[in-house]
Amino acid sequence: MNTTSTHFVPQRRFEIYERLNQISMWEESFKNNGGMYTPGSVIIPANEKTNSLSEDTSHGAEGTPHKYDQEASTSRHPDKIQRRLAQNREAARKSRLRKKAYVQQLETSRLKLIHLEQELDRARQQGFYVGNGVESSALGFSDNMSSGIVAFEMEYGHWVEEQNRQICELRTVLHGQVSDIELRSLVENAMKHYFQLFRMKSTAAKIDVFYVMSGMWKTSAERFFLWIGGFRPSELLKVLLPHFDPLTDQQLLDVCNLRQSCQQAEDALSQGMEKLQHTLAESVAAGKLGEGSYIPQMTCAMERLEALVSFVNQADHLRHETLQQMHRILTTRQAARGLLALGEYFQRLRALSSSWAARQREPT
Amino acid sequence: MDKVMRMSSEKGEVIFTKSSCCLCYAVQILFRDLRVQPTIHEIDNDPDCREIEKALLRLGCSTAVPAVFVGGKLVGSTNEVMSLHLSGSLVPLIKPYQSILY
Repeated sequence: MNTTSTHFVPQRRFEIYERLNQISMWEESFKNNGGMYTPGSVIIPANEKTNSLSEDTSHGAEGTPHKYDQEASTSRHPDKIQRRLAQNREAARKSRLRKKAYVQQLETSRLKLIHLEQELDRARQQGFYVGNGVESSALGFSDNMSSGIVAFEMEYGHWVEEQNRQICELRTVLHGQVSDIELRSLVENAMKHYFQLFRMKSTAAKIDVFYVMSGMWKTSAERFFLWIGGFRPSELLKVLLPHFDPLTDQQLLDVCNLRQSCQQAEDALSQGMEKLQHTLAESVAAGKLGEGSYIPQMTCAMERLEALVSFVNQADHLRHETLQQMHRILTTRQAARGLLALGEYFQRLRALSSSWAARQREPT
Repeated sequence: MDKVMRMSSEKGEVIFTKSSCCLCYAVQILFRDLRVQPTIHEIDNDPDCREIEKALLRLGCSTAVPAVFVGGKLVGSTNEVMSLHLSGSLVPLIKPYQSILY
């Protein structure tokens, strides 16, 4: 029935490939004809006369097998060939499906990326809009921003808004006639508002003490005056003093004592910080330098850094106590004027930061 | 704890510190500025360090170190010392022990 196998096999392979070609051509024509096309299957008329492969071989030897059309008979192929053809069809089908799925995944990821980039831009703009320290892209959303710090920044944004509102209210109220009782509640609220900030900072310091220490959430001009993660209490007193006139003799004495003890406490903490820097530098530099960046006293260095958190808390405690003492020494009206002056002072610093940033962006 | 009671009732100011504690150092600086020379007990060099820490906490100190005693009575830790000083109540407390010099 067959000629020599060497002659036979290549022809058979050729035949199969040609058959596959035919099948895809049939698929195309079926597709174009609509409806009846199902992927991966080819409708071969059932009543086709099937030829033996040997007969095909002989045909193939004579001419091209492209004489097949839709009605063309399929040769009678052994089951093995049919099975292989079916497997090929199946494999082709699966490959097409995989490709489709992969392309869909790529599309989804692309959309997700665009969406994330938009969110990032929006968030940066929001930070700018609120007017806190998230001005440049270098700040704010660096790789190390944990969710706790992001939450703090948002909370601080709200804090500033509330602060501005309170300052506005104080200004309006002090220009008019206001009862001491009403003024007292405004003063209490303003004090509580500052204390709330210290609590927020304490939480943030536990998450990232360096973030709090460097005043990253503040505007640039505020950061210029930074002392252990916030304003200097002694500076605060200096700014407020002129606004308290007239002071009674007792008040004057108390304020002077407060200024002195505040300065002493500040100096003590500053020297403690210097010692901390010194001992940390020692830990980092311990062991031979020039032999690698491993810190031999890593545990010790880490312990030093832990101490930073207590220093930040102590500094805020000092600010807290300074405000508290001022509240005790002054009358309600004086305290209200003082809080207004303090609030406006920080507002001016923030405005200065914005102006400065705008100036830097202008072309020279 | 006996050791703590004995050490804290020494005359004048007594401060329990640790050599590695920089807040302790800050408190010492403050007292120095107030012209006071407290007795310093560095407990990390003491074999009973752990017991002393526990005793100080039991006595009511917010953090074991620095623990400040004036005239045998516990004043407190950094927080308490700072609050007292800003309210003007620390100086009267240490007045008997202030050096007249400088």
